[in-house]
Amino acid sequence: MSRVKHEFVEKNLGWLSVLMIIAVSIGGLVEITPLLFQSQVQEPVKGLKPYTALQLEGRDIYMREGCSNCHSQMIRPFRAETERYGHYSLAGESVWDHPFLWGSKRTGPDLARVGGRYSDDWHYVHLMNPRNVVPESNMPAFPWLAENTLDGAYTAKKMEALRTLGVPYTDEDIAGAKEAVQGKTEMQALIAYLQSLGTALKRADNE
Amino acid sequence: MSNFWSAWIIVLTLGLLFVLIWLLRWNMKNYTDIDEGQEMDHEFDGIVEVNNPLPKWWTYLFWACFAWGFVYLALYPGLGKFDGLLGWKSSNQDVQSLAESRAAMKASKDDGSIVQYDREVRDAEEEFGPIFEAYAQTPIQELIKNEDALEVGQRLFLQNCSQCHGSNAMGGRGFPNLTDDDWLYGGTPHDIKTTLLNGRQGNMPAWGEQFSDQEITELANYVASLSGRERDPELVAAGKKNFAVCSACHGPNGKGNQQLGAPNLTDNVWLYGGSIATIEETLHYGRNGVMPAWKDILGEDKIHVVSAYIYSLSHDE
Repeated sequence: MSRVKHEFVEKNLGWLSVLMIIAVSIGGLVEITPLLFQSQVQEPVKGLKPYTALQLEGRDIYMREGCSNCHSQMIRPFRAETERYGHYSLAGESVWDHPFLWGSKRTGPDLARVGGRYSDDWHYVHLMNPRNVVPESNMPAFPWLAENTLDGAYTAKKMEALRTLGVPYTDEDIAGAKEAVQGKTEMQALIAYLQSLGTALKRADNE
Repeated sequence: MSNFWSAWIIVLTLGLLFVLIWLLRWNMKNYTDIDEGQEMDHEFDGIVEVNNPLPKWWTYLFWACFAWGFVYLALYPGLGKFDGLLGWKSSNQDVQSLAESRAAMKASKDDGSIVQYDREVRDAEEEFGPIFEAYAQTPIQELIKNEDALEVGQRLFLQNCSQCHGSNAMGGRGFPNLTDDDWLYGGTPHDIKTTLLNGRQGNMPAWGEQFSDQEITELANYVASLSGRERDPELVAAGKKNFAVCSACHGPNGKGNQQLGAPNLTDNVWLYGGSIATIEETLHYGRNGVMPAWKDILGEDKIHVVSAYIYSLSHDE
């Protein structure tokens, strides 16, 4: 009786590889691929605005300093989280984030809605040395941010690149980008970015 | 979700399940010419492969997993557009604004559908809502006699306010001490609650361009003298001449103005520090003290309780 034998897949490396690739890709094909085409991950929430040039530079500093290693930007739909951080995160809030910074670890608190929660002065003091305002904090200090200034050499290019990914920057936004960030400190940029986080929903509600 | 993607998910999910079932059955039969328990003619380094079947307990577990898989796909959303027989959802992920979110929560309550997050919140509201409502109807002067309310207020304070004002509410440089009797915007229950609800924007303008360094030093000395500190009389007298411009906010006597959040300069309480150098810095560069608004974050009922806690800090029985 001639049947497909186990031996066949065990001894033909080519077939073994093909079958393995099929096996491991099914999960992604079912769970990820269709999601890319859903309206809820493509349509911005009401009130969402693209980052200003300064906020965008601040976001790059956030990435450079590895903030997302300790801070998530993803409030899950559990009451224990929404009581502390506010409304759970919506896909439409991240549609212009390339890449998104949801993170997966919370050594520090979630920052998805930190915008407007503290004053600019607080962020300055806190980033210079977190223990000056929160004695129990184990967050590192980032004092060099106050010394480094931005020259804005690449800001316009970054915005152009984001525009090709669908972020609605206007020609004026891009033309004024360098001027908007030149001479500002990295601290100012980072604070501007932090103050923008998660404010879209509130803005839409108040308008 | 379009029909195409729905079909895509259904075909791949069910297809995979059936392929796995076939695979298991395929592996349960002995297709070799060798009897069970006999050697397979496959030896390496003294280790011999024997033709043994899959363990029974293991295949039963596999069948149980398949059964569970089909039950799960029938009850819960897993097959494309099919919502599952329970109609269960984790949250209202398709909303685009807070207003839509509130509407969706109300709708899920009205039609009794199972949105897990909404139910969790509703259960908590049923349990804690009446407590906060009762607190909200009690005037703050009364509420500070309620130990339970103060404990709730303290929890909320530690969670939301301590980052700036400190866990003992004694503040820090630029962040007011809430335990003393010195209030920038007023310390009545109503004032405190208004501050929490809507936030405050303090604005001390920068005078570095208007006044010379010498004039700023004179002004700083005059300001320091207002709270009874001994300063060089000449500098104080010179500084007094320019104080008129300060009196617009701080008042002619420097007693401050709670309408504007202009601090009282005569009480020797210094938000940013009272050394001459610091006062000079304040005069030269100005200050911007911002208290964020909490209405949208905490809601009015909780703010009422936090206000009571803060009021209690400077009003011991």
